[in-house]
Amino acid sequence: MMTNPGNRVTQGQFSFLPDLTDAQISAQIKYALKNGWAVSVEYTDDPHPRNTYWEMFGMPMFDLKDPAGILMEINNCRKTFPNHYIRVTAFNSSRGVESPTMSYLVNRPKKEPGFGVSRQEVDGRSIRYTIHSYATDKPEGERY
Amino acid sequence: MNEAKQAETTLPDDAPVDLEAELKSSNVQEVLDQLDRELIGLKPVKTRIREIAALLLVDRLRKKFALSSETPTLHMNFTGNPGTGKTTVASRMAEILHRLGYVREGHLVSVTRDDLVGQYIGHTAPKTKEVIKKAMGGVLFIDEAYYLYKPENERDYGAESIEILLQVMENNRDDLVVILAGYKDRMDKFFNSNPGMRSRIAHHVDFPDYSPDELLAIAKLMLAQQNYRFSAEGETAFAEYIPLRMKMDHFANARSIRNALDRSRLRQANRLFATKGRNLTRNDLITIEAEDIMVSRVFDEPDKK
Repeated sequence: MMTNPGNRVTQGQFSFLPDLTDAQISAQIKYALKNGWAVSVEYTDDPHPRNTYWEMFGMPMFDLKDPAGILMEINNCRKTFPNHYIRVTAFNSSRGVESPTMSYLVNRPKKEPGFGVSRQEVDGRSIRYTIHSYATDKPEGERY
Repeated sequence: MNEAKQAETTLPDDAPVDLEAELKSSNVQEVLDQLDRELIGLKPVKTRIREIAALLLVDRLRKKFALSSETPTLHMNFTGNPGTGKTTVASRMAEILHRLGYVREGHLVSVTRDDLVGQYIGHTAPKTKEVIKKAMGGVLFIDEAYYLYKPENERDYGAESIEILLQVMENNRDDLVVILAGYKDRMDKFFNSNPGMRSRIAHHVDFPDYSPDELLAIAKLMLAQQNYRFSAEGETAFAEYIPLRMKMDHFANARSIRNALDRSRLRQANRLFATKGRNLTRNDLITIEAEDIMVSRVFDEPDKK
């Protein structure tokens, strides 16, 4: 049974929904700015769920009032990496929190090959399972 | 949200619309009145602001009939001598444009060359872009804009900054309004060497110098804002002081007036301190007397420049 048709990566917020439109992205950014969170744009071509630290596209943007500037940056990133995963992260710097509070994909490759299960026999008949992205068989930059 | 709804339903061609009601609903009149009250003089500036406000209001009405027109360019250039109120008007502008719904947030980001131009190759573009991103949804005010371009040094990075600004002024017209400010002659030189900049700025507003009467009115307004006032003799003394100060070097209109008032406040405090043995009243604390002003060195050397 195909559990995830299209093999769409489901990471972060809204990832089970259809891709967000620019207006929807702006509305989400607006919410983050309203709360005083610093928004940044990040990209990667390694979609493994444990790949936490993506490449930063420019610095995180502090002291912004309007989502237009961030949307401009997102579009720049899309132009540079049309076939990468791009996510928008909002960082809450208030004391005691100091961690990302929002994170959602705004761009994904046209074709996502998905993940395969790999099995490793250890200690006699025991089996260890892990997942492996088909895309990462190719070197960085040529994956999608 | 309301506007979006209005835009969807186009009015029939002969439907009447009420400019008065539109004016009222935007609260623009309130800002314009405040402008009249708090800014003395500056006739050409106020006229231009009125014109812009009228254009934007009419544009809003036109939208109701689905008469599309391009968003007007509102980038502005303020020229004038020091202390003529360029910065003050710029911050008001942000509020007016916000009320009219032309900019979304209505904040003012005030920068100079330092904030835009970097120190080494590749430093300028990110720096300028960061400032632009901060200003989006509001007004970007570039003070002393002529410093951006230094023709005598061809390796100056200012040109790169101008390049990026021009691009944003053209492509992101809906997102931000750029206001340049500077002294008239230098700004003229700046525009002559940057024709692209000149053509992208629709409004060139010249700030005139203040007359002595206007300066006195400004002084009274400034004092009132800080809960002070002139005594009758104090006012006459200050009226004498203004023309003398205007003849001297480095006269910077309202800024000189503010400095003079600050100094007379110092002298007033000193005078009150000297009158020991008497209890002070509220009146003593808020009144600037003639002697607080007459001590000024302006009166000592009237013939000197």
